[in-house]
Amino acid sequence: MMEPLLDVEDLWVRFPTRQGVFDAVRGVSFTLGRERLGIVGESGSGKSMTGRAILRLIRPPGMVEAKQISLGGVNLMDKTEKEMRAVRGQRISMVMQDPKFSLNPVMTIGDQIIEAYRQHNRASKADAYAKALEMLEAVSIRDPDRVMRAYPHEMSGGMGQRIMIAMMLIPNPEILIADEPTSALDVSVQRQVLDIMDKLVKDRGMGLIFISHDLNLVADFCDRVLIMYAGRIVEICEADKLSEAKHPYTRGLLNSLPRLDAPRDHLEVLQRDPAWSEAPSVSGRL
Amino acid sequence: MTMLEIDALNVWFGHGRDRVDAVKAASFSVARGESFGLVGESGSGKSTILRAVAGLARNWSGRMAVDGAALTAKRPRSFYKTVQMVFQDPYASLHPRHSVDQVLGETLHLHGFADIDARVVKLLEDVGLGQKFRFRYPHQLSGGQRQRVAIARALAPEPDLLLLDEPTSALDVSVQAEILNLLVDLRRDRGLTYVMVSHDLSVVGHMCERLAVMKDGQIVEVMGVEALRRNAATHPYSRSLLEASL
Repeated sequence: MMEPLLDVEDLWVRFPTRQGVFDAVRGVSFTLGRERLGIVGESGSGKSMTGRAILRLIRPPGMVEAKQISLGGVNLMDKTEKEMRAVRGQRISMVMQDPKFSLNPVMTIGDQIIEAYRQHNRASKADAYAKALEMLEAVSIRDPDRVMRAYPHEMSGGMGQRIMIAMMLIPNPEILIADEPTSALDVSVQRQVLDIMDKLVKDRGMGLIFISHDLNLVADFCDRVLIMYAGRIVEICEADKLSEAKHPYTRGLLNSLPRLDAPRDHLEVLQRDPAWSEAPSVSGRL
Repeated sequence: MTMLEIDALNVWFGHGRDRVDAVKAASFSVARGESFGLVGESGSGKSTILRAVAGLARNWSGRMAVDGAALTAKRPRSFYKTVQMVFQDPYASLHPRHSVDQVLGETLHLHGFADIDARVVKLLEDVGLGQKFRFRYPHQLSGGQRQRVAIARALAPEPDLLLLDEPTSALDVSVQAEILNLLVDLRRDRGLTYVMVSHDLSVVGHMCERLAVMKDGQIVEVMGVEALRRNAATHPYSRSLLEASL
């Protein structure tokens, strides 16, 4: 077993509210190797918060606590805000859900990619431009010269998402956290974006954390899946064995999906058991 | 008996050089009590057809008829007693400063009902919400509960035809199952006709008897759900759409 890229142990995310402290993530542990790790759950299950907490992107008054979040043996929890900046983007990158909200609407795409590149690397504008072009090509954008001059509103959703991925990949990070990267996209475009991410993960040996609410997509795309419920991991399984999942919550989610091959009058409705949120988190550490 | 008939419908936005033809020569008909699906990628014009029927897209040509009566530019009040629409995003389609009671009460008042109080209670029962939600505001409801309120509002004038524009795409799968079950029950109990837009073929396969596949504003294929299940689409585009979603 090789050294994991990322080791998260006993991660908590807390938000103080008027009604007391709300725990969004409650004692989650997992490791990430050079693999595609899926995190699935419903809205409010804490999956996005887990992704953000790794990069310490939770804003105060939100609090992140963990025994360790270690990246290559160094605990990110001990780093100062300034040191974290060298980690974000450089070593761990994040792709957000909707490209419309993560690209700057008043800057051309070229300028944005070049800015991102020069933030992390000493490079002349010409070098940065060449690098940006190369990246756009890597995410199969046709006519990258034109795209460099274009503004985000001229791009379709799928193009925007690919540009975001290109931008995240320039510093050659070890880990990519993708938070619902394809939820805003059509099924046909979804495939393309996933194929690109898949190829990059394989070619560069990156670790990928893929956050999604879509069970089938995750089962199809990832190697290992963590299923989250109410801030805890309730089950971990190999992605190709997701259909044999044991936890009643995972089973319930799978059964509530309409299926073309098995028509029925009524879909199964998930019956929630309070015991699920009480049970301690399952550890995803290898 | 035909509930909705669409014949050579064109819908466009803008004019001159900026004109975009969102729907081109679309034709289909939906029988009374049937459930009909419209599928396609974003931008294929599926929602635009619904909006044209509901009177929300002004520039259209061709023929549309509901329950045998041809639609004109200005819709009479009786039209909105027959046709109602449920929108995609329950977070956006409810007034944030109106309580559930106001939302439903106003709709009932506008449609000239007298026994508003009793009807609000009945509507909330029908969509499985019950009394305790009556005086809540949208921000005090979950996504699924909001969509139930939006469905209750659409049911208030006792319509025959419901236009459903991606009613569950903003919801979690477990909540989606609840809403789809509710829609199935309502259709059976009230003999409603549905026209449902979705990008999710399995949802349409679950809900509808027939569906139309759209691409670039045109209907490329109309098929029965049996053909969809057997993977027997004939048009290459519908085949690729089917493959992508399996």
